[in-house]
Amino acid sequence: MESMPIMLVALYVFVLATLAGKEVITKVPPTLHTPLMSGANAISGIALIGALIVSAEAEMAREPVVVILGLVSIIFASINVVGGFLVTDRMLEMFKKK
Amino acid sequence: MNLVTQFAYLVSALLFVVGLKQLSSPATARKGNVMASAAMLLAIVVTLVEQDVLTWTWIVTGIIIGSLIGATAARMVKMTSMPEMVGIFNGFGGGASALVAGAEFVRLQPFGVLPLGQGSTIMLGMLIGGVTFSGSVVAFGKLAGWITGNPVTNKFLQAVTALIFVGLLGVGTYIAVQDPSMVLFLVFIAAALILGILLVNAIGGADMPVAISLLNSYSGLAASAAGFILGNMILIIAGALVGAAGLILTNLMCKAMNRSLANVMFGGFGTEGATAASIGAGDKTARSVDAEGAAMILAYCQSVVVVPGYGLAVAQAQHDLKKLCDLLEERGVDVKFAVHPVAGRMPGHMNVLLAEADVPYNQLYDLEEINDQFKDTDVALIVGANDVVNPDARKPDSVIAGMPILDVDYARNVIIMKRSLSPGFAGIDNPLFYMDKTMMFFGSAKPSMQDLVREVREM
Repeated sequence: MESMPIMLVALYVFVLATLAGKEVITKVPPTLHTPLMSGANAISGIALIGALIVSAEAEMAREPVVVILGLVSIIFASINVVGGFLVTDRMLEMFKKK
Repeated sequence: MNLVTQFAYLVSALLFVVGLKQLSSPATARKGNVMASAAMLLAIVVTLVEQDVLTWTWIVTGIIIGSLIGATAARMVKMTSMPEMVGIFNGFGGGASALVAGAEFVRLQPFGVLPLGQGSTIMLGMLIGGVTFSGSVVAFGKLAGWITGNPVTNKFLQAVTALIFVGLLGVGTYIAVQDPSMVLFLVFIAAALILGILLVNAIGGADMPVAISLLNSYSGLAASAAGFILGNMILIIAGALVGAAGLILTNLMCKAMNRSLANVMFGGFGTEGATAASIGAGDKTARSVDAEGAAMILAYCQSVVVVPGYGLAVAQAQHDLKKLCDLLEERGVDVKFAVHPVAGRMPGHMNVLLAEADVPYNQLYDLEEINDQFKDTDVALIVGANDVVNPDARKPDSVIAGMPILDVDYARNVIIMKRSLSPGFAGIDNPLFYMDKTMMFFGSAKPSMQDLVREVREM
């Protein structure tokens, strides 16, 4: 069997991950919807990985515009990741049982 | 890409899914969040190792600046301002993905026509990321009260929005398959940003919970698109998880308001502080009660269900409410909280605000859990809520017909703490106010609540 083109593999992964996400997240109770959203928010900071790859490539290509785009992207994504996970933890810490 | 990195990404993806799964119970949720952060850290570390970065200056600078801003914001933000925080953070996530798409475009553009896969996903990532970024900034502005909460929309703006969207698809396709021109690309970016502004500006302030849920979903999809561009699986997976989460929350919010997503986005509803010129109390009379009377009823009953609305949080009265509930429980009264899905300004917001006031989470009940119990409840105490307890929602000809409500009118007594008889967001009268079993306790939430606490304590 010939190996599938990367884009097609990526599409498989995307569809299956969406379904997995739907299954897992549907079970989150309304009480936790705000932490769920801010946690998911932090996860969307995964764009940081993309920003790092682009920045590393840019160094090798010695392309100043790309370096700047990469830097801003890293800053944005880091705010998202660090702020998102910390504030989610801060909220979850307050949820106590009697 | 080497095998070790791929394997580490797989572990990271698993941790993300398991971490989200742990979020389904308050007992394990904190651990789940830690797991997801570990997943992120793992992905970051293996990426840096694999890339053999030559100079670390920019990367380290970027991470430090971003982390400091993020950590400060997370520490300082008030719980009432969570919607603003999540709103603007969506924008950062979407913006980061858009910048990745932009950087890849700049890098590949000098080599002529883009490879089909990259070309189409770069344009898609730029579109979703751009809309998420500018839309989130507008959502933040509306939530923070910097710009008008009223929906800015009309036939002309709707036509412009549609035109820009079609234009983006056309120009995007052209850039992707024909001519990767830098000028066209810049036009495309500007148009995507304008589209985001127009889309979110058309949504009313009261409907922002739906908007930020949807933007949350987009920020995930933008990250997925960046993953397609770079052929990076962890970006695709994590992005898809967020995309799914945002979409589920968007649906739940629409259902709780009994509106379709299209109606929320283009209907122009959700005007804040709806005027109610046409509404008069007519010949209906509402019975009012003072702090002493209300305290008497509460202190000598057996069961109370508290229905908190956002008015409670605005008045910062949740801590006094908690004191009242503690006093009642000491007297042997069974106290529960009924939380409507749209009680706060984002999904689950009211639960966080009550948790902040040390209300234990097993005392908080969802709409479905509590509605059967109202008929066995002595007193329903409603604080700063209105539309979500309007029995007219059961009438087919009402504006809010079909909206799921808390069945407080089935309780034996109803006490409503409210400033006046004025209507809520929906701008309609509430017959609950005029029922025989209802007592209106007029006043601002915080001083009224403090009076109530004092009266119950003296009893």
